[in-house]
Amino acid sequence: MSMKVMLVATVALSGLAGAAMAQDFNDPAEFAKQREQLSMTPQGPEGAPWAQHLGDSMVDTAKWKKDGPATICFSNAGIFNPWRVVGMHNFQAEAEAQGDKIKELIVVDAEGKDEKQIADIEALVAGGKCDVLIVSPNTTAALTPAVEAAAAKLPVVVFDRGVNTTAPVTYIHPVGGYGFGISSGEFIASKLEKGANVLALRIVPGVDVLETRYSAAKTIFDEAGINVVGSEFTGSDRAKTKAVVEDYLNRGVQIDAIWMDAGDTATAALEAFEDAGLPYPVISGEDQQDFLRKWRDENLTAIAPSYPTYQWRTPILAALDILAGKPVPGPEWVLPQPAITAETRDGYIDEKLPPLHYSLCGCQNLPGYPARWGGSE
Amino acid sequence: MSDAMSKPRAARIAINAGLLLFLCLYALIVLIQPNYLEPGLFMNFLRRAAPLVILAAGQLYVILTGGFDLSVGAVVTFTVTAAALLTNGDPDATWPVIALLYLMGAGIGLFNGLVVAFLKVPSIIATLGTMLWLNGLALAWSGGAARGDLPENFRNLGRFQWRDVALVGTLPMAVLVLVAVLALLWWGVHGIGYGRRALAVGDNPRAAELAGIPVGRTRITAFVISALAAVTAGILLGGFSGVSVNAGVGLELQSIAACVIGGAMLLGGRGTIWCAVWGALSLFALFTLLNLLGLPQALRDSIQGLILIVAVGLTAWRSRARN
Repeated sequence: MSMKVMLVATVALSGLAGAAMAQDFNDPAEFAKQREQLSMTPQGPEGAPWAQHLGDSMVDTAKWKKDGPATICFSNAGIFNPWRVVGMHNFQAEAEAQGDKIKELIVVDAEGKDEKQIADIEALVAGGKCDVLIVSPNTTAALTPAVEAAAAKLPVVVFDRGVNTTAPVTYIHPVGGYGFGISSGEFIASKLEKGANVLALRIVPGVDVLETRYSAAKTIFDEAGINVVGSEFTGSDRAKTKAVVEDYLNRGVQIDAIWMDAGDTATAALEAFEDAGLPYPVISGEDQQDFLRKWRDENLTAIAPSYPTYQWRTPILAALDILAGKPVPGPEWVLPQPAITAETRDGYIDEKLPPLHYSLCGCQNLPGYPARWGGSE
Repeated sequence: MSDAMSKPRAARIAINAGLLLFLCLYALIVLIQPNYLEPGLFMNFLRRAAPLVILAAGQLYVILTGGFDLSVGAVVTFTVTAAALLTNGDPDATWPVIALLYLMGAGIGLFNGLVVAFLKVPSIIATLGTMLWLNGLALAWSGGAARGDLPENFRNLGRFQWRDVALVGTLPMAVLVLVAVLALLWWGVHGIGYGRRALAVGDNPRAAELAGIPVGRTRITAFVISALAAVTAGILLGGFSGVSVNAGVGLELQSIAACVIGGAMLLGGRGTIWCAVWGALSLFALFTLLNLLGLPQALRDSIQGLILIVAVGLTAWRSRARN
């Protein structure tokens, strides 16, 4: 009896949670805005997308002008996944490349905890050493008050996830989750007939930047009359990814395409088709080296949308511009967010780098490449 | 001595209950997806279940002696990470690296065993500690992201399958590894005197010591075997799906749950290798079943938890009823 009650309660709760998510992560206005941004021509130096921006809006920073080498402080949410590992290397390498302009770089890691990051920011501000504060927030709502308080005392640059306030000088981010889902969804839809089947493989539920990727792709699949035969969470686990795909294939489900909200297990999904002796599906992965190499070697029909890690270079550039009193793109500094296609793919492959290296790191000309990113000489 | 007399009977019942549960779950799978009756798909099921079965069989050694080994998941992760970093895609490095991995596994098991046997630290704490330092070590070594690459011949141990084999359709190499390892582990428990000594230690270490059984050595052996089984599971898992920094997450609890579902008694004193085998296969059949049903993730986790509690509760109730 109690089990029945629990089951009913669980079903009801997950239903409610699903409805709530649908409202939060499917915003047609944002979808349309990001779709437009994907096709915009960026402004700024050619070939250096981390220094480019979309749109014209700039903010004045004259009041923060400060002479002499800068002490830059960075409150990082954590380095809990390969994307952030690559990003952190970009960040440190960019700071190194700036040489004498930076007196000291102080980095504190919140280890994925909101309360630690709030304390970190308060300590950095109270310490009085920072000329400028860079924040990569762990979660949006929880970090908003701390960032707001800091922004009253010194210039603040926020990147990756945002905060619910315009107090920081600028908020740096690529086009966004909808853009990721639009790039990959449109490619898959263009390669399939109406009525074809796509299997969506996702990391975890409930994360805004991932949910928006899925909602955008789902919108496009629905419009194109493509069936989403399943939406499965893999926890970024290769074994689980491969097992999930095998189960679908064993059920005799025809899978024409695989859509992924993050590419770190893309090659595991493809192996399930290999082991079953089936032809490869159309697939959207991400800009990891292993996927790009597999795509080239097997001549796949594929696309690699990105959430570029080169955005970790931009906050350093922004911080130095602000202290120099130069206007910076703001209040949002939107970076271009390219998808790797069959035409551009080979330029992003570097055999020296580890399999899960994010190719859009923009780090090829930074000090310590490729060893800093785990590559071999 | 009367206790020892009743053991064969207890073991027989455990076999039947675990096997029955597995057959029921597999029948449900077949009901939903009839092609799971094909030998090829059954072989594929075994291939994927092999790492968990081997882990559970190793874990059983420790459970027989009255302990837990919570470090096996970390050993699996460490094995996969280390294999990728050490071979770095070089097929010639495969066999030396595998030898080295087993050496490392033996070292980890020895460490666990010595801490439990001589420092008298409860195994749940000792192996929890090992889990933490080992995960930390793997994280520090890899830098948090999968690096290096596994060569083809390493991957084949968990991935390769012979096609068009008579009777079974496809024959995965992992299934051969599974059978060989199980034969070895079965012989360890039932073929030589070790199993009886382990049961005696798990049942009542003081009495075992007075009876002249080398308690410390029996315990240390159990942890070494468990760690070596975990290395084997790591090699198969890395082979099946490739480099991953979270390959072993959650496997320690799954392997313990498997033994208990199969009828082994926590804190020692009862169990056979078949408890681990049927328990692990049942657990894996349950995972597959929930996957095939296509339920939402949240519901899947809840159902999995409830079924585990029911299965373990039934085992406990059965053993009470028998006493």
